[in-house]
Amino acid sequence: MGGFTTLLYKEVLRFWKVSFQTVAAPVLTALLYLVVFAYALGDRVRMFEGVSYAQFLVPGLVMMSVLQNAFANGSSSLIQSKISGNLVFMLLPPISYLEFFGAYVLASMCRGLVVGAGVLAVTVWFVDLQLAAPAWVFAFALLGSALLGALGLVAGIWAEKFDQIAAFQNFVILPLTFLSGVFYSIRSLPEVWQTVTHLNPFFYMIDGFRYGFFGVSDASPFASLVVVAVSLLLLSGACLLMLRSGYKLRQ
Amino acid sequence: MTFAIEALNVEKRYGALQALAGVSLGVAEGEFFGLLGPNGAGKTTLISIIAGLTRASAGTVRVMGADVIKDYRRARRLLGVVPQELVFDPFFTVRETLRIQSGYFGLRNNNAWIDEVIDHLDLGAKADANMRTLSGGMKRRVLVAQALVHRPPVIVLDEPTAGVDVELRQGLWQFIRRLNRDGHTIVLTTHYLEEAEELCDRIAMLKGGKLVALDSTRNLLETFSGLVLRLRLDREALPEGLEAELLCAEGARFALRLRDYAALEQVLHRLRETGVKIWELELEPPDLEEVFLRVMEKH
Repeated sequence: MGGFTTLLYKEVLRFWKVSFQTVAAPVLTALLYLVVFAYALGDRVRMFEGVSYAQFLVPGLVMMSVLQNAFANGSSSLIQSKISGNLVFMLLPPISYLEFFGAYVLASMCRGLVVGAGVLAVTVWFVDLQLAAPAWVFAFALLGSALLGALGLVAGIWAEKFDQIAAFQNFVILPLTFLSGVFYSIRSLPEVWQTVTHLNPFFYMIDGFRYGFFGVSDASPFASLVVVAVSLLLLSGACLLMLRSGYKLRQ
Repeated sequence: MTFAIEALNVEKRYGALQALAGVSLGVAEGEFFGLLGPNGAGKTTLISIIAGLTRASAGTVRVMGADVIKDYRRARRLLGVVPQELVFDPFFTVRETLRIQSGYFGLRNNNAWIDEVIDHLDLGAKADANMRTLSGGMKRRVLVAQALVHRPPVIVLDEPTAGVDVELRQGLWQFIRRLNRDGHTIVLTTHYLEEAEELCDRIAMLKGGKLVALDSTRNLLETFSGLVLRLRLDREALPEGLEAELLCAEGARFALRLRDYAALEQVLHRLRETGVKIWELELEPPDLEEVFLRVMEKH
């Protein structure tokens, strides 16, 4: 195995060894959201024509889980390694910054996608889902998990304490996901909030992903794909610059 | 000549703090080299720069001729580092830890060597135990094993025996000596000066980020350290005119520092001359601690 494949293997093995906490727990959380929201609001709310609220909700919950877990993986792994000091084992070998980036982001994508698949597998027992355009589902799941994986890596590089990661999670990731249309179609919002939502990159990931299921969305899936892809490129570029300079890791 | 480690005018600044102020030194291949200095002298900073964990503000460092920045892949393959802190990854067992570390260096089919390292370091009984469950001494051995997993010709140990019990320390040194006999270059930092004196061929001393001594252990001992003569006499005063420095006096007990054996002859002669009787006499050979203190005092 090369340095890259070993680092990827190690990162995947790390979350897999504690999969009860890293996979099962977020699946349960998503299921609780579905039960509470779908049953409380199910009869009264209709977002798209011919789509029940529970059906509408599932893709949003799946994507939310993908994004949150992709972020959590890289960020928590890196901050743990930094604080416990075992990061040194990854810094001593001849692993390039590109390999480091690739391994962390791919492992985060892996965790995000495994949790997303888990949420989908559990919720389809309760909700009938169609799959209008699967290619969009895969495209947004892959790009979205990569984007949040890279963001998690940036947060992990920047943070020096666990509570900084927690703050990032609670004050950035959580509001952006909750206000991105996981639980509602932005058409149901007043116009000014619709405009604000369009500034949130998470909205495009959720909306594009949902398009793959229903063939209906708030924004054009092509536009969403461009927004997500450009965000991913910019963030990856920033992250690679941080890694190349050794920012906070080799100082 | 290719040095195992070559540092040229290495500087490191952390804001206003100058951790290293232009250090140059060369460690020859196959040498057992000691890097000594008080806390904060810059030893760990220098090691971090050699290992590529920290970037120097100025200067160059090469490992077996490979620049640690420009040719970092080769430099890191040639170097094994045992870090000072007792760090470990709590997710894995000893064997997993070693296999992963080996994989980081791109090594396939390295299990035979991993088993050998496990065996040499007496880790066999704990090979499949989680790292969390290991005692401090065992964790230290795993750190050594991790540094050796890619068979590096140059090995740097940053205070490997801090907080390690005597038995393990002896075992560890035996193992490291064997590595040195097999041709590995060893660079060591330690606070135990008697260890450095016993093991190292050459010694560098750092203070305040500067190199203040660099010589063979034997030369350092000869140049800087005298003998210490401990006496118990039949009276509580020393005669005048002794060519020795009084270190301490307690009743009829005295400790004198002598420059060399010729000075001993002079002291004994003077005592005889003045009719002083010696009840007890003890002569301590020069030691590195004495050298260390004198060098640190001087700079």
